[in-house]
Amino acid sequence: MALMSSPAEAAAPALDVERIREDFPILKRLVREHRLVYLDSAATTQKPRAVLDALARYYAQGNANIHRGVYVLSEEATAAYDAARVKVQRFLNAAASREIVFTRNTTESINLVAQSFGRRNIGPGDEIVITHMEHHSNIVPWQLLCEQVGARLRVAPIDDSGTLQLDALEGLLGPRTRLVSVVHLSNSLGTINPVEDIVAMARARDIPVLIDGSQAVYHMPVDVQALGCDFYVCTGHKLYGPTGIGVLYGREALLEQMPPYQGGGDMIRSVTFEKTTYADLPHKFEAGTPHISGAVGLGAAVDYIQGIGFDALVPHEADLLEYGTAALAEVKGLRIIGTAARKASILAFVMKGAHPHDVGTIVDTEGVAIRTGHHCTQPVMDRYGVPATARASVAMYNTREEIDALVRALHRVREMFPV
Amino acid sequence: MSDLRELYQEVILDHNKHPRNFGEIEGADRHADGYNPLCGDRLAVYLNLDGERITDVAFLGSGCAISKASASLMTDAIKGRTVAEARALFGRFHAMITDDADAPPPEGVGKLAVLAGVRDYPTRVKCASLAWHTLRAACDDLHEPVTTE
Ligand SMILES: Cc1ncc(COP(=O)(O)O)c(C=O)c1O
Repeated sequence: MALMSSPAEAAAPALDVERIREDFPILKRLVREHRLVYLDSAATTQKPRAVLDALARYYAQGNANIHRGVYVLSEEATAAYDAARVKVQRFLNAAASREIVFTRNTTESINLVAQSFGRRNIGPGDEIVITHMEHHSNIVPWQLLCEQVGARLRVAPIDDSGTLQLDALEGLLGPRTRLVSVVHLSNSLGTINPVEDIVAMARARDIPVLIDGSQAVYHMPVDVQALGCDFYVCTGHKLYGPTGIGVLYGREALLEQMPPYQGGGDMIRSVTFEKTTYADLPHKFEAGTPHISGAVGLGAAVDYIQGIGFDALVPHEADLLEYGTAALAEVKGLRIIGTAARKASILAFVMKGAHPHDVGTIVDTEGVAIRTGHHCTQPVMDRYGVPATARASVAMYNTREEIDALVRALHRVREMFPV
Repeated sequence: MSDLRELYQEVILDHNKHPRNFGEIEGADRHADGYNPLCGDRLAVYLNLDGERITDVAFLGSGCAISKASASLMTDAIKGRTVAEARALFGRFHAMITDDADAPPPEGVGKLAVLAGVRDYPTRVKCASLAWHTLRAACDDLHEPVTTE
């Protein structure tokens, strides 16, 4: 393995990246006659064969609707769906699988909390505190709620490195604060927020906390009980799992008192025209036929990640980030956006004289896939005074050689747009 | 590299670096704002009209090389033409950048032909057409910003 480990990392089990790459069929693909260099995992991760096989096996061998079926297939499908929930519960170390609600994605998880928890607990003049680095999915649902109930959104600032100004956030916590909702790992800056401290500050004032863990869960171990947060949300497609399946973790006491988000089948205990009673957790929040195969695929993804282990994965990705940061610094006129001390995975940058969109197109002709645009974080772009950035992001299957390929392609950009 | 050079031809790089008719026309007869939500590009197009004839045109904004060069080339191409001629040119230009790769070479687009390579990059079509959509809004005297969505 080409990975050089520093003495501090030497104790960690080494990651056999070549073996991991074998598990991801798509990495063999050619793009514009080049071997695909996939550096856009922050948008969505590629899927290991274990996940693809679980999906195929489910549809080929086990497909049936769940719950209330009295035949073998339905019982098996129900068991597989429930087992996936338990896998996610253990992955996040939730106290009970009742606390894990399957949704479509992070976006739906946050909207669920906004409309169910928010409508019940947040009223005129109340405040919701977020940060300047939130994804639009952790901004807009709160704006909608604020309009509906007359509440106010407060935004904690970040400094030039992309670090959250924790004191300022604490200063925003007041008697009207009803919820703090923060991103764990920023998708456009790479900043890892001190969520432990944020939870402690909020807890001291009895304010519930939601953490958007979309980017965090596949880069670092997450323990929702140790964090002590009230809600934790993530999205399956960034967790090496399928699209269309997301997770809402909620503390049981809170989920219990929250009204349903959507009404329909599967979320009821009994229905009459006079009165309907709702099912127990988590089914109260899962109206209609859920994404059964998606849950099964997500369960397989979680198994896969745990098979690799964060002990091996974290130092490997940290090495790539460090290596990439140094390598990008060598490209003339390139500025990295997001230089917080605690970072993971994300290398966002702008290049003097070359618009990110042109950068993206040019590196694509070398088979290098990076994302360009505002990354659903327009306030971050405004904060840095740029219309967009180019963003490379690494995951467990990436290598130093791929970073080198990116840098070579960026030199091409420089040739075409000299400064 | 060869297909890249087809997209980023020297003329395009030159118009990107030194855009023509770049700036605001104070008190312009018509003006419209355009926005490409995909890449965050914004531009404004200003027109002076003498009856149906475009006597002056300028644009202002920031964007990628394709959108900036396209706007610059557009201003050169339509100055002195009638609104109807400009619309017809947009039609031909749009056909050129959205045609499939083996379509015959574009007819009647003059210098705009350097942007033909865009058709191989579907995500970039909006970059090349933003200025034109904005121009159309200015001609129609629309006051809402147009988007490429
Ligand atoms: C930090 C963060 N939050 C939320 C989301 C939204 O995820 P999804 O689109 O799957 O709902 C993303 C991904 O785009 C993200 O990176």
